[in-house]
Amino acid sequence: MPRITVHVDGTTYTDDVSARTLLVQYLREHLGRTGTVVGCDTSNCGACTVHLDGQSVKSCSVLAAQADGHEITTIEGLSGDGGQHPMQQAFHDNHALQCGFCTPGMIMQAVDLLSDTPEPDDQQIREGLEGNLCRCTGYQNIVRAVRDASRRMRAGAEAEHTGETPAPRSAEERTAQPTGGQS
Amino acid sequence: MTSTAEPELGRSRKRKEDARLVTGATRWTDNMALPGMMHLAVLRSPVAHARITSVDTSEARRMSGVRAVVTGTDIAADQGSLPCAWPITEDMRSPQAPPMAVDTVNFAGEAVAMVAARSAAEARDALDAIDVDYDDLPVVLDVESAAQPGSPLVHTELGTNRSATWTFDSAEAGTGGDVDRALADAEVRVERTFRQQRLIPAFMEPRSVLVDPTSEQITVYSATQVPHILRTMLAMSLGVDEHKIRVIAPDVGGGFGGKLQVTPEEVLTFLMARRLGCPVKWTETRSETMVSAHHGRDQVQRLALAARRDGTVTGLNVELLADMGAYLRLVTPGIPILGGLMFNSIYKFDSYRFTCTNVFTTKTPTDAYRGAGRPEATFAIERMMDELAAELDMDPLEVRRRNWIDRAEFPYTTVAGLTYDSGDYEAATGRAEELFGYRQLREEQARRRQRADTVQLGIGVSTFTEMCGLAPSRVLGSLSYGAGGWEHAQIRVLPTGKVELVTGVSPHGQGHVTAWSQLVADRIGVPFDDVEVLHGDTQISPRGMDTYGSRSLSVGGMAAVSATDRVIEKARRIAAHMLECSEDDLEFSAGRFGVRGTDRGTGISDVALAAFTAHDLPEGVEPNLDAEATFDPENFSFPHGTHLCAVEVDTDTGEVRIRSYVCVDDVGTVVNPLIVEGQVHGGLAQGIAQALFEEAVHDEDGTLTTATLADYLVPTAADLPEFTTDRTETRATSNQLGVKGVGEAGTIASTPAVVNAVVDAVRHFGVDDVRMPCSPQRVWRAIRGVRASSETAPEAGGGLGSMETGGFAGSEGDLR
Repeated sequence: MPRITVHVDGTTYTDDVSARTLLVQYLREHLGRTGTVVGCDTSNCGACTVHLDGQSVKSCSVLAAQADGHEITTIEGLSGDGGQHPMQQAFHDNHALQCGFCTPGMIMQAVDLLSDTPEPDDQQIREGLEGNLCRCTGYQNIVRAVRDASRRMRAGAEAEHTGETPAPRSAEERTAQPTGGQS
Repeated sequence: MTSTAEPELGRSRKRKEDARLVTGATRWTDNMALPGMMHLAVLRSPVAHARITSVDTSEARRMSGVRAVVTGTDIAADQGSLPCAWPITEDMRSPQAPPMAVDTVNFAGEAVAMVAARSAAEARDALDAIDVDYDDLPVVLDVESAAQPGSPLVHTELGTNRSATWTFDSAEAGTGGDVDRALADAEVRVERTFRQQRLIPAFMEPRSVLVDPTSEQITVYSATQVPHILRTMLAMSLGVDEHKIRVIAPDVGGGFGGKLQVTPEEVLTFLMARRLGCPVKWTETRSETMVSAHHGRDQVQRLALAARRDGTVTGLNVELLADMGAYLRLVTPGIPILGGLMFNSIYKFDSYRFTCTNVFTTKTPTDAYRGAGRPEATFAIERMMDELAAELDMDPLEVRRRNWIDRAEFPYTTVAGLTYDSGDYEAATGRAEELFGYRQLREEQARRRQRADTVQLGIGVSTFTEMCGLAPSRVLGSLSYGAGGWEHAQIRVLPTGKVELVTGVSPHGQGHVTAWSQLVADRIGVPFDDVEVLHGDTQISPRGMDTYGSRSLSVGGMAAVSATDRVIEKARRIAAHMLECSEDDLEFSAGRFGVRGTDRGTGISDVALAAFTAHDLPEGVEPNLDAEATFDPENFSFPHGTHLCAVEVDTDTGEVRIRSYVCVDDVGTVVNPLIVEGQVHGGLAQGIAQALFEEAVHDEDGTLTTATLADYLVPTAADLPEFTTDRTETRATSNQLGVKGVGEAGTIASTPAVVNAVVDAVRHFGVDDVRMPCSPQRVWRAIRGVRASSETAPEAGGGLGSMETGGFAGSEGDLR
């Protein structure tokens, strides 16, 4: 059994794990970090996405042994201070989740997306989240949330909205943009 | 106690549910572990139809950590038969449905053995050491040939693959004329056959069950939509005393009908836990979900529509073959029947006949999937209306206008005998046309056609309605459903003025905690944050019919509203006593009883405290403000809307791109617009997925080839467009709130809008149908005129199923 030392959400753990243990199993079953979930067996759904040394990985596709000596951040450690990361806040504010099962992975991937592309357009957001499936939202509010978080995370920029109820949609979003015909 | 500054009803409150979900502080069933807990793994049949000749578990039993290995024979006497609560006809044929196969397997994925072990990995390892011998029986995959005499049988003991035939005939029912006459006299007849492909609900949270037998009540945690139904059904099918079972639905990660079930695994986990006397947990892999959790849709629909040359429809005949799969699960037989009263939709047909034959095949059982019968009906009629328009060379919106129920005609009793209480199809359609730029898009379409553009534009229309809010117990009874459709709520006003609302609905993503808080806060006049909504545990919420069929708000929300009324009634009596006035002198508003014409009054929290202390209560008044109520509506509710879809079809590649999607839904009064919009978005995604991406495909041996999320194409963010949504608001008259239900609307409406758009884009090539999902290959073939292939090749985009061999990939697909 390999012995590994992994830093997870600010705590150091040293454990003997069987060679086949997946990182997600190690997080959930050995460390009790059940915020990260498993949605499929084929690395398609992305529900298990965490950060390994700041990069998003699907923790069902990483062996626990491969995480030896690395820093893992999960949804439970994302904010660091017990509050909420701007991405978590933006998901809440934009109703970017319903059942919430895909949400941890989606948020971790979205944070990674913004670290690569701080000001993505909608298409870049959609493509950047392509490895994460959501069955509830149709993605529209997820895209909106990521756009919102991008604004919040840029220094000095205003959030798309704050306060207890969401701001009304911008005029252009609200009223369709009947593209009508093109010539 | 201060009242809320603005009314809660209609306010886009952000969800209370989110805080835990965005931080990972969740309680999915699989997150739980109990002391001494064993892990259960289930061995599944790799073959679709076979006799089990032997099962050797000796090696598995010797493996590390293995506590028990159990086969169907071991539990044959205890396991009972999985319940089917909807015998649609008196002579319906229903096979025994053992949770674990004993001597015969009837679909690939059926449970044949199970292992309980110390760890999930050890349990899984032991499965590989179980040796099962199968003696193959003929597979039965194609629903049409299965329905024919002489077909190999799924269940030999039934003597046929036909489970039941359910008919509705307007001439017999007295709700309309004779459809045969209408068809014979028709100036125009349109006949089409549509294939509703088999879909997989694909909720994101795999199912999980944890049973703890170590307390007085056996506690079942399950990722279920229906904890109350599960409890009763476990008791009835296993013969266990109902009061000895407690069912908890903790956080549940989506359902879409897929978790409206009493599953084999719930029973098996229960049996194993009782056998071992310790907690046992089963969590499925995604591949298990795909092969063993019930599927949806899967119908062959033959329609004949009679109309006059001016576009007026006169008659509709619908003949369905519905694929049940191998067994009748909880409501399997009734799913197509839910659509049976909806094919006429918003149109004023004079005559209507619906005949549905339910047929067994050796495939995974089907059952409810978002919309459940109504998407199938809506698809077929909306496709037919477009086909009629094409036949008459008329605008598809105009054909609909000539036939729909005018706003002045409500309430309107349809040819199917349902009474639509309200609606305004003109308003929703007008608004949708405006948002869409309908005329301009038609002009662009004409230009592209004229210049033979490689990319052709298609416009699809769907002016849908649905019946939802399942409910009326009386009507469900007349449809032979095995239960009622009422809903229950209880309100407890705590001594400090905080409020607990117990609801019998069981949310799994819908945001009921937020919406119900709004309902109660508004009516009792307490702050939104002072309301706690409790649900999903039969010990906390003793009565309920759970969440499905867009019923929760229109039935469950109404129960909550009725309970608030009773709370206020009780409080009024105490307040009058406190204020030494007559109850008639009190007016209640914003959480305060005021004595008319004075500035005297008292807040509801003071009344709650007075009730609690009980030092000075009027005679015969109990010392609390708690109240409960049950609501059972008189009628279904009928949301409607107009969905318009524009697609660009690349005629060289067959690729379909949704250029714009506009929907204007009328779901009645809206409690929380943010939540409603979210429900519409998610519904659209699933309906569009049926049109373009998803299909459960079986090979010729009955093996599901789309058994992973790599093969079954749940759309990603990059596959879907930005939706334009809007609403019109016509109040339902069947409930005091005026709400109709929104959970299924998007799914029901969108599929035909997209397929109509695809067909519209390529109709000038002579195409009048493209089978779903409208993959590039199918669209390309349709354009090239390889019609037979386009209709028979089952495929699902990139999955194994799309690899065609010799023209088409499976016998399941050949319909004609």
